[in-house]
Amino acid sequence: MLLRLKIFRFDPEKDQGPYYQTFEVEADPMDRLLDCLNRIRWEQDPTLSFRMSCGHGVCGSDGMRINSICGLACQKLVRSYKEEVLIEPLPVFRVIKDLVVDLDSFFEKYFSIRPYFITKTIPPDTERKQFPEQHQQFEEAIRCILCACCTASCPVNQNKNTEDYVGPAALVRAFRYLFDSRDEGEEERIKLLDEKAMVWGCQTLWKCTEVCPKEIPITRQIGQIKRRIYERKNRDKTT
Amino acid sequence: MILKHDIVIVGSGLAGLRAAVECAGQVDIAVVSKVLPTRSHSGAAQGGITASLGNEEEDRWDWHFFDTVKGSDYLGDQDAIEMMVKDAPRVIYELEHMGVPFSRTPDGKIAQRNFGGHTRDFGKRPVKRACYAADRTGRVILDTLYDQCLRHHITFYSEHYLLSLIFDKERCVGMVIYNLSTGELHLIQARAILLATGGCGRIYRTTSNGFASTGDGISLALRSGIPLEDMEFIQFHPTGLFPLGILVSEAARGEGGILRNRMGERFMERYAPTVRELAARDVVSRAILTEVREGRGIGGKDYIHLDLTHLGEEIIQKRLWEIASFARTFLGIDPVFEPIPVQPTCHYLMGGIPTDLDGRVLKDEKGTVAPGLYAAGECACVSVHGANRLGCNSLLDLLVFGRRSGQAMKQDLLHYEFSPLSEKHLKPTARAIEELLTCAGREKSDIIRQSMQSIMMDYGSVFRDAEGLKKGIEEIRNLKERYRKIKVSNSLKAFNYELMETIELGHQLDLAEVILLSALERKESRGAHWRKDFPHRADQDYLKHTLVLQTSKGLEVKYKPVKITQFHPEARVY
Repeated sequence: MLLRLKIFRFDPEKDQGPYYQTFEVEADPMDRLLDCLNRIRWEQDPTLSFRMSCGHGVCGSDGMRINSICGLACQKLVRSYKEEVLIEPLPVFRVIKDLVVDLDSFFEKYFSIRPYFITKTIPPDTERKQFPEQHQQFEEAIRCILCACCTASCPVNQNKNTEDYVGPAALVRAFRYLFDSRDEGEEERIKLLDEKAMVWGCQTLWKCTEVCPKEIPITRQIGQIKRRIYERKNRDKTT
Repeated sequence: MILKHDIVIVGSGLAGLRAAVECAGQVDIAVVSKVLPTRSHSGAAQGGITASLGNEEEDRWDWHFFDTVKGSDYLGDQDAIEMMVKDAPRVIYELEHMGVPFSRTPDGKIAQRNFGGHTRDFGKRPVKRACYAADRTGRVILDTLYDQCLRHHITFYSEHYLLSLIFDKERCVGMVIYNLSTGELHLIQARAILLATGGCGRIYRTTSNGFASTGDGISLALRSGIPLEDMEFIQFHPTGLFPLGILVSEAARGEGGILRNRMGERFMERYAPTVRELAARDVVSRAILTEVREGRGIGGKDYIHLDLTHLGEEIIQKRLWEIASFARTFLGIDPVFEPIPVQPTCHYLMGGIPTDLDGRVLKDEKGTVAPGLYAAGECACVSVHGANRLGCNSLLDLLVFGRRSGQAMKQDLLHYEFSPLSEKHLKPTARAIEELLTCAGREKSDIIRQSMQSIMMDYGSVFRDAEGLKKGIEEIRNLKERYRKIKVSNSLKAFNYELMETIELGHQLDLAEVILLSALERKESRGAHWRKDFPHRADQDYLKHTLVLQTSKGLEVKYKPVKITQFHPEARVY
């Protein structure tokens, strides 16, 4: 089938401002949108820029806005679209060129939640014990591939007045460590997360959950962090 | 500006990051990567990482030792294999202590599953040896190591592409990198350099490898006068999703998945009666392609079925979530109810840059060290995988030898001071880039890449013979001629992927020739290297490692002995 891709273009080196360019690609219904983008780059316009790496939804490189919904171009098949597809860079982030955005702020916010194990006791000679039901608590969160689709889709992050909100992706990782029975940093994690720009920035709008390519129940996990903070505060009050 | 770091690691996959963590806080260290952090292809590893923990059933390191030697078709160096499998339990506990979220047994230990070629009691029956986190083991280890790097404030040059290595006499003292986002070239001065640049699966059309797996580091070593070892051994993973080639983990068979041909027959019973689907990968891939060639592919086509329907929804959802989602996303098939169409897909390079047990690059058959230069991971050849790698031994290799390389570099810094670099070291590389951008030719890298990938599928994949290999070499040489006339038409600075892909193609073509030549000269069948014209293993002539060296007269083939300490070659039956 013939697919038209209307693509956001911008190169600060030569363009006054962004514009849209339409390309036509002869595609198999089972082709990925990523295949179409590559064919455009190889056969029609080598200056088109976008990131990609694994090509099957594991590395998280090719997050972009496809018909106004953030997703991975390698996970979307041509057969899901009719005639024309609108392709734009992820919102929220600064555009460097075409579909390539500056993810520095994304990784800085990610780092701000202390995305590593905090332990105080010396580990045993073998593994720390963890029962399957404890592992299950955070198992869905380890599917996260840091593609930034959730944070780019979050209306709170999109709003200039609240853009310092750490965003759903960072909170998924915060959840992953907070709910890991082996982690011993609950106190500092709760203190860190109990802030307006952290977990309380979430307005429970579900956009992150809707777009997550790995089907992580993000909003629910952020809600669980909120509840954990609330419970801990109550416990501290009563003791 | 000339950048300066004690240690520079090229590649941010598991080997590179493990080395980085090893050196963190003690020396000034930087990681150069052509992709953003966590996008490296180690993240696509699914099934697990092996260690004889014995959490699910009795296991012993010497069984793991034997299996790896047998899996390698006796070409692996046994001193290196012994060291690796003995170190394996420590590696797993270390990862667990860093926070890697392994799946668990009911009593809270790290869960383990079956994987091809891993057996108990020296081949008697399959053993559960692969530690896993569902089917996303590589990704969660990569995330954990990246988090450790962040914690240690390690410097990253992300989206920076290695263009050349700089030598002062014999010693590697720096490199030129290309900033993909600005188009600028930078010099980096270093006292030790680790190549952890991964494999080269993208030389083949059907591959599980990501777009970045173009073998840059391996090729740059060759161009720097380092021989490449055992490059004929290219692993085709039996189960790539048809027709894309995306990996469907061996964990699917480890959990009980069955391979069936057109008649629904469990054909592995004929090829490997003891362990069936859990034979080594080279054996299973040849079996699948033999079925296809003899007309027993599904619907007479080039694939067979991987049947998981008897496993039940819960096991598939819990342990094989990712691969189930691949089948649903890319084929619209739900493996809970329907079998998955699969075909062998180019997956892993057993050969690479020869190193000692501590990642030091060896520049000749006598084992002379190339000072200042180290290699680890898929780009390196220690050699622990010999002629065929067993599943889940690669993550182990990355972590064992990534760490050892880091330790060796730290130690060796005592002997290596910075060697001064100046802008003149940049000039040859800058000129080469300029030539690509201003070439008067009309060739396009995309067309040449497609031809190369077809040639390698036709003549350099699972079944080979002298006639095809000779033809392949000739055709690759023609492509190399055409490559000199490539015109990079994009002259913009920022994110000029056309320029980067053209440079990558140059590396791929060089490696393609080395692979085919190594294969032509090895007149026997061993592991992943199968010759139709020499269908038997010939230990008297070829129980040795191939070395291919680039000289002024072209490629030269040499050999070096295999280290055999305990297990002498026997017939390899599964």
